[in-house]
Amino acid sequence: MSASHHRDVVVIGAGIVGAACCYYLARAGLKVAVIERGAVAAGTTGAGEGNILVSDKEPGPELELAQVSIRLWRQLGDELGPDAELEPKGGLVVAAGPEERQQLDEFAAAQAVAGVEVRTVGPSGLRDLEPHLADGLAGGVLYPEDMQVQPMMAAALMLRAARDLGAELRLHEEVTAIETAAGRVAGVRTSTGGLSAGLVVNAAGTWAGELAARAGLALPVLPRRGFIVVTEPLPRMIRHKVYTADYVANVASGSAGLEISAVVEATASGTVLIGASRERVGFDRTSSMKIVGTLAAQAVRLFPVLAGVRAIRFYRGFRPYCPDHLPVIGSDARLPGLLHACGHEGAGVGLAPATGHLIAQIATGQTAPVSLAPFDPGRFEEPARA
Amino acid sequence: MPEQSAPCPNVDITVDGAGWSVPAGSSIAAAFVARGHPGWRLTRRRAEPRGLGCGMGVCFDCLVTVNGTRGVRACLTDVREGDVITTERGSGFADLAI
Repeated sequence: MSASHHRDVVVIGAGIVGAACCYYLARAGLKVAVIERGAVAAGTTGAGEGNILVSDKEPGPELELAQVSIRLWRQLGDELGPDAELEPKGGLVVAAGPEERQQLDEFAAAQAVAGVEVRTVGPSGLRDLEPHLADGLAGGVLYPEDMQVQPMMAAALMLRAARDLGAELRLHEEVTAIETAAGRVAGVRTSTGGLSAGLVVNAAGTWAGELAARAGLALPVLPRRGFIVVTEPLPRMIRHKVYTADYVANVASGSAGLEISAVVEATASGTVLIGASRERVGFDRTSSMKIVGTLAAQAVRLFPVLAGVRAIRFYRGFRPYCPDHLPVIGSDARLPGLLHACGHEGAGVGLAPATGHLIAQIATGQTAPVSLAPFDPGRFEEPARA
Repeated sequence: MPEQSAPCPNVDITVDGAGWSVPAGSSIAAAFVARGHPGWRLTRRRAEPRGLGCGMGVCFDCLVTVNGTRGVRACLTDVREGDVITTERGSGFADLAI
């Protein structure tokens, strides 16, 4: 490989996380190439809702990361411009009954201690926030920091900004192996050649485990399928990201079985998105009218007026989950020069800027703004036997 | 396809409050075009006129409200005696706006 093929960093994957890594690495002055086997945002990024949430995160490392990310997203809103459709709309979590309400209030109180902005809303206050909400709800919590973004546009705009800073984007090229020399990363071999680089970032999303395996390493990133239902376009009639309190329990659940809890939100184009189902069925893309119907029915329970609105389509995607529901961010001690930025499950869009920022900090030898220990790629290793 | 010369019975429909007598068996879209209205829906953002786009139910540009049902594809729906049709500005759901 000639010197012209040398990069400081190769990022594998042009989803939202790879795009954010590329953006922050390029801004740090590094010579970056992104290699993507498909198209920009063609994987999980293009199959989500664009959630940027603190509301669904309990105090702990993921919330800390989300709080850093929210601040970065606010800056990105200015840096990327209006096409990213970043909307600081806030999230509204509603409780169906008194018991849920109490759990939600306790959850929110703990989040408030951790610095999350929360506002409890009594039953009578819900309609002021969301006029079309159903009767009989027991109240809720408003999270003004929650945001929404058009994830495909955001990924594309971050890549464009990185390219303007000198980054190179290589689409439809697949990394087939990580090259090593003297026990550390030396570059990548690809379907059309290769690049030498001192650092390689695995931002392959739900396929990050497969990528790690090409470097001979185990990384337990697995798919968790989700469907999203899309309505016909409507005038703005839902202001916030609205979901039920049991969504939080489902996100954190360890169950492999099907879980469905409605998350309802409007988009800039007028369509209303209805998520979210969770199940572990591998990469099975089979349509399920049962899941789609259940999602729609739950959305109608929250917003009865949706009963008179058509669902025009649905899509599905595969969240990259790790056994402990935390992302994998940082250097892989097993192969110096290999960094991981993957395994964000359903929070990849929200956590992408913080992840990209951390990766750039590591790549330039600076101190990370949060502890990286909970995200350590080595945490899944069985302790070696004596 | 009926012969050109065959007598064509008409049906009476109401479009935005006006009485129209249109050939039975025509689509709502065909009725609009025949009455000299190529664009009857206005787009959501720029209020640009839309009518027959694809003509086969794919583009959703020709939507009208028929007998209270919103978002009906005029190209796929035949006129029926007594139909009450209203055109849509933006979506047919303006009343849901908050």
